[in-house]
Formats: sequence, C-alpha cells, structure tokens
Amino acid sequence: MIRFDNICKRYPEGRDALQAVSFHLPAGAMAFLTGHSGAGKSTLLKLIALLERSTRGQLFLDGENLSRPRKRRIPFVRRKIGMIFQNYRLLFDRTVFDNVALPLVIAGHRHQDIGRRVRAALDKVGLLDKERALPITLSGGEQQRVGIARAVVNKPPLLLADEPTGNLDPDLSRDIMHLFEQFNQVGVTVLIASHDLDLISRLPYPQLQLHQGRLVNPEVLAYA
Amino acid sequence: MKLPAFAHVYLVRHAQMALNSLGRLYRAPLASLMTAAVIGIALALPAGLYLLTGNLQRLSTQWDGGANLSVFLRHDVSVTQAQTLKHKLEDWPEIEKLQLITPQQALSEFREMSGFGDALDILDENPLPVVLAIKPVSTSAAGATSAASLLERLKKLPQVELAQLDLQWVKRFNAIVDIARRTIWVIATLLGLAVLLITGNTIRLEIQNRRDEIEITKLIGATGAFIRRPFLYSGLWYGLSGALLAAVLVELAFLQLDDPVRRLAGLYQSGFNLQTLSFAESLALLAGGGFLGLLGAWLAVGRHLAAIEPG
Repeated sequence: MIRFDNICKRYPEGRDALQAVSFHLPAGAMAFLTGHSGAGKSTLLKLIALLERSTRGQLFLDGENLSRPRKRRIPFVRRKIGMIFQNYRLLFDRTVFDNVALPLVIAGHRHQDIGRRVRAALDKVGLLDKERALPITLSGGEQQRVGIARAVVNKPPLLLADEPTGNLDPDLSRDIMHLFEQFNQVGVTVLIASHDLDLISRLPYPQLQLHQGRLVNPEVLAYA
Repeated sequence: MKLPAFAHVYLVRHAQMALNSLGRLYRAPLASLMTAAVIGIALALPAGLYLLTGNLQRLSTQWDGGANLSVFLRHDVSVTQAQTLKHKLEDWPEIEKLQLITPQQALSEFREMSGFGDALDILDENPLPVVLAIKPVSTSAAGATSAASLLERLKKLPQVELAQLDLQWVKRFNAIVDIARRTIWVIATLLGLAVLLITGNTIRLEIQNRRDEIEITKLIGATGAFIRRPFLYSGLWYGLSGALLAAVLVELAFLQLDDPVRRLAGLYQSGFNLQTLSFAESLALLAGGGFLGLLGAWLAVGRHLAAIEPG
C-alpha cells in the first residue's frame, strides 16, 4: 500500500527531516510510527498525504508513483486516505453529521446515500445519538471519534493518524486504538504515528522507529 | 429528457452550492446587506444618469420635431408667384407641411397681436413680404442636422430673401447631452471597477474567515473547483442583489421626480413624462451586476485560494 524508497526530505531552511527512509507497508497491514517529537513522524505522514514533497527518492501509494504528482491528481489521491489529527480538525460551525458528511459531499454522493453512510460511520464510533450536536459540545474523546468517523465514511483503503491519542487520557486512548484495530480487521491499511509507547507496546503490531530523520529498524517493514 | 448521471450530480451540486452560499449571506444579513447596498449605490449612479440623459435626448427630439422654418420671400415676388413656388415645394420629401402667409394676413395678424394697429395705419404700403412657414418631416435621430440641410436648400432658391431656423440651441443641447453620455460611460467604468474591488475584497475577507474550512476540505480531497464554487456563488449573489437594489433606488428616485416633471411639462403644454427602466434595461442592469460580482469573486479566488495550502 505504501512504499518508501530512499526518501529524503530537506526543508527550505536546510533542516533534514528525513534521510534515506525506505520501508513497505503492505495492504491490509497495521503499523505504528514512533520516535521523539522532531524525529520526522509528521513529515513522513505529510509526504504520504501529499502535503509535502520529498526532496529525493520514490514514494508509491497503492502502486501509484507519487514522487512528482500532478496538481490535479492530488485531491483524488487524498480521497484514498482517511486522515486523523491530534487536534481533530473539525469544522466548529457545523453539526457532527455535516462534519462526517463532508468527504461524501466533496466526492459528490447522492443525498440519500450520504445520510445512510454518515449514520453507519457514526454508529461504528458510537456517536449515533450526537449527529445533531455541534463539535464544541462534545468531549475530547468524542471529538476524536467524530474525526475518525469522517476519515472512514467514504471507506478509504488507508488510514493515517498523527498522534490520534495525544490529547486523550489512557482509557479513551485505548478505546480509540481499539477502533483502529476494528477497521484494520475489515481490511483497511492503518499507519499511526504515536509516542504513547505504554499503549502501543501492548499491541501486536510492528513499530517503525524514527530517530533524527532515519529509520532505526527498517527491517520490521522491509520490502520483499 | 433524461440527463446522464454525472450531469445530474453536477447540476445538483451546483444548485446545492448556490443555495448554500445564499443561505450563508442570509445568516449574516447586516454584513451582506451593507455589501449589497454599496454595490447598489455604485450601480444606481450610472444607471440613473443613463436614464436621465436618455430622457433629455427624448425631450430634445421632441423639440426637433417642432422645429419650424420661416422662409421670407423677396419683395418683388408676388403672391401668385409664391403660390407656384409653394406647389413646387410641396413635392419635396423633407417638407411635411407648408403654409403660405400673404402680406395681408401677416399684417392683420400683426395688428391683432401687437397692439400697434393705429401705428400701422400710418403706413401707406404693406412692408411685409410673403412668408412660407415650413414644417420639416420629423426625423427623430438625425434631428437638427436634416432640418439644417433643408434650410441650406431653401436658401439657394432665387425667390428667397431669408430663411431661418432658430434651432442652434437644440444642436448645442444635443452636444451637451452627448458629452454627458460619454461622461457617464467614464463614471460607469470607474464605478464598475469599484464594484469589482468591493466584491473582490468582500470575498477575500470571506476566504480568510473560512481559512480553516478551506484547509480541512483540501485535506479531505476537495478539488480546486469545489473550493472555489461557494465563493463564486457569493460573488454572483452580491452582484445580483446589488443590481436589484440599484434598480429599486433608480425607480424610487424617478418616482420622486415624476410629479414635478409632469407639472413642468404641463406648463409648456407638453405631454412629456419621465421614462424609467424598461424591462430589457432592468435585465441588463441585473446581468451587469451579476457579471461584475462574479468577476470580482473570480479575481479574489484566483489570488487568495491558491495561497492556502494545508500543512
């Protein structure tokens, strides 16, 4: 699903965020990305979501070479990725329903279709009774679940999460991780950046460890 | 006719977006109304001036129609000779009506009108020449010029002593109206530019206010067209509502003027009345406003949306 081939990323100010990173996350797999803040976790996720461009190396997503994507292609690549953020990034002037419906509206689904799918996604994250609420009235854990519902509502093959539990207490964090496991069990590829080592070390998934822009243990996801 | 599915989706999305951005304006009525009012005033000014000059020009063609030529024949031309000339002139296409005034008629008329009757009795001979009063064919557009060329032709006749058309001032008036018209185009261009800047700036602020939303929708995979659309519709609605307001303002202003103008026209025994915006002119005003709003939004969107990239 995701293949990094000697990817380097140098920011304009001269900082090397990633150096010669290579790994392969097969379709249907789930993995964690760990490392200190500043180790390059966010940069790696941003490269996949085409929020940044690599300076060198090849990046493949779902078999498509995204090292130099055409501008018009970018939105359609992003529709294959469900993204989840530490600060949720919800629209606070819209209801939970409208927030979750956004990817479907963008993709041009029919009205009836949207209602059905949004409710299915909200049901999965346990927020079916909150569809008319505004995000600001929800707790942090609930807001993150709205974010997850929005990420999965159009059934993307890949979920990327950047510190999804960074603002949550341990119990809520476990619930959120359990949600990701459920999506992975139905075939969604999941990559989660997290420094919550306590939590993720108890889960049976490979951990890619970044240190100062380099992969410490590339062998866990080396490509065949 | 059944539309293909993608066309249906496309149209439905446009309709949704149009209503959506209209709803957004409706939810902030004061701000929207103020923008629409500024656009309305900017459009009402040239529209009103345009109507005003249109009415003035209509008025001056009415005067042109009433322009009469007085042709004074030489003293040695007798009444019978004048009759022959009159019959000849009646065949000219430029002449609508022709009246021959004999020296006797003129004298008696003068006696009645002037009050110098007794003084005239002293004269042993009628000093007045034969006069032909000519009403030219009323030409609306060419107006004063065709009357002037008729005047030149008449002057060349050997029997004519003097031919007069005292409509120099109508020409001057028309020239002034012409200058006014051009000035209005300049004003309209400048104010049109102002409308562009107003909508552009309003849309720019709207883009800044919705920066988070734009970033998030881009993250989720919205295309450029999808993100542009609501702002373009906002611009269109601003322009249209401004134009609508402009039409109302112009109608109200002309309603205020209507009575006094009628009274003034009545004093001149004229049936002249002000003409307000015709249906076609109203449509043109709406189309122009909508176009300017859309263009202003388009310029703002092109400049400012590209600068917003999620990170």
